[in-house]
Amino acid sequence: MSAQLPPGLQLEKTDERIMTLNVGPQHPGSGHMRLIVQIDGDYIVACDPDPGYVHRGEEKMAEYRNYITNIPHLERPVIHDSCNILYPYVLGVEDLLGIEVPERAKYVRVIASELNRCVYTLYWLAIYGIFLGHSTMFMWPTGDRELFIDLLEKMTGARVTHAYMVPGGVRNDLPANFEDVCLRQVDYFEKRIAEYADVFYDNPILIARTENTGVLSRTDAIRLGTTGSVLRASGVDYDIRKREPYDVYDSLDFETNVLRAGDAYARSKIPWLDMMESCRIIRDALSKMPKSGSVRVKLKPNPKGGDESVYRRVESGRGALGCHIVSRKKPEPYRVKLSVGSFRNLIALPYLLKGERLGNMPSVYWSLNYWPVEADR
Amino acid sequence: MEHSQPADSIETPGHAALMVKRFPDGTILSEDTARPQVLVPKERILEAAAYARELGYDHAESVTGVDYPDQNEIEVVYHLGSYTDESLNGTVMALATRAPREEAPKPGHDSTRLPSLRGTFYSVEFHEREIFEMLGVYFEGHPDNRRLLLPEDWADLPPLRKDFAIKGR
Repeated sequence: MSAQLPPGLQLEKTDERIMTLNVGPQHPGSGHMRLIVQIDGDYIVACDPDPGYVHRGEEKMAEYRNYITNIPHLERPVIHDSCNILYPYVLGVEDLLGIEVPERAKYVRVIASELNRCVYTLYWLAIYGIFLGHSTMFMWPTGDRELFIDLLEKMTGARVTHAYMVPGGVRNDLPANFEDVCLRQVDYFEKRIAEYADVFYDNPILIARTENTGVLSRTDAIRLGTTGSVLRASGVDYDIRKREPYDVYDSLDFETNVLRAGDAYARSKIPWLDMMESCRIIRDALSKMPKSGSVRVKLKPNPKGGDESVYRRVESGRGALGCHIVSRKKPEPYRVKLSVGSFRNLIALPYLLKGERLGNMPSVYWSLNYWPVEADR
Repeated sequence: MEHSQPADSIETPGHAALMVKRFPDGTILSEDTARPQVLVPKERILEAAAYARELGYDHAESVTGVDYPDQNEIEVVYHLGSYTDESLNGTVMALATRAPREEAPKPGHDSTRLPSLRGTFYSVEFHEREIFEMLGVYFEGHPDNRRLLLPEDWADLPPLRKDFAIKGR
């Protein structure tokens, strides 16, 4: 009976039935995260997520660097999805500085961010597989992820942490034979991704473990302000790429994926379906892209914003990603706030785990498409 | 998505104007239709949030705390969006309010306080906890004003205040 200690330091039984358990801080390949759960037998009665083990102070650091030198560090929270986390920041800076981006750069950005979405989702899926003890589903996405990493390496020069998005366009143009290589890899991946159903999504063991587990109703998904795959798995058709198209998304041909079940199975399926749409987007963007032209406008050195604030958002691999920049006529932003999907979806976790069995915790936790480092920033 | 905007909707006042019409002590920061921005005094923030709900906003996307030491205030900006109202597809309203700021903050035990919007927008729960630890704004009515990201033994200034300087910079 240690009522004085904060929850999480109480490792013993708190009363006759309820026991407090510390799960973590552990590193499932994505950054440290701790869950403090109270269990009655093996049923979870309460869960208190304790993020912050990988807090890096990105927002504070952004106040000390100018609009351009912020780019390489602001992408660090999700190195696998670095184009998407930089995207709203770059769009916001362009709004502040009044920059018009060349048409070709808009397409290149869309291609880069869709390739990045696949890289992120495959990594997430690999960890989801290993969370459920399915080691084939760890190996396959990890292997197939190399297809996209190779493409991004050709594009940007780096396998992860590309720092490719810059205000005014992208850092460099595509290499000469990029289109052919990209189409070849995407064609192969589309054949490959269908096989994931055979080994994982149609697998009766996966279905038994995730169907009707951690069900989030449509009303609650809206009330909790969840986003991305969590929201769309609960029957809300909301994708920023469709609702508030940025760059050239309004001219591209793709669908949003919505499921109604709201359980861990639906939440794990949406990102997989999204990758198929990403392939469509990439193919469409490659065909519609201007074949030549500038991909970057030159900025003045140390550009200053006005006395205003902007809020821009994009759809990242984990849902809506908003960036609020407050400018006060200095070369450095006065305040940068990243509103990330992981942080927004975390609120659903205590709600979903209540009443679940402890054994279902990994499948519910990772189905939230949660990335600890991004949530902590 | 099928039903398009009625033609007369262009004449109807924007949400920033509607807000200030309802709360005359508020200030319009931007009348942009996609990004209306309003600042209301903290005494009005609960009513303003309830009115935002009436206008169709159903969740908070983001909550930002901004420190203004030169004005002796801390601003909290709620970015509100809507999943249910299709006419608000690309709209995010920034509803801001300000709390007094103290030179030697004692988070939770000084005048830097604001009413919590958790009752109106449940989704602000973790965002408000983050602002409490990062800027020292105590949210009255929030059931859980605890640390979220910072270590339990953090004893320095709330780190997103401007007087907390990064070493070596």
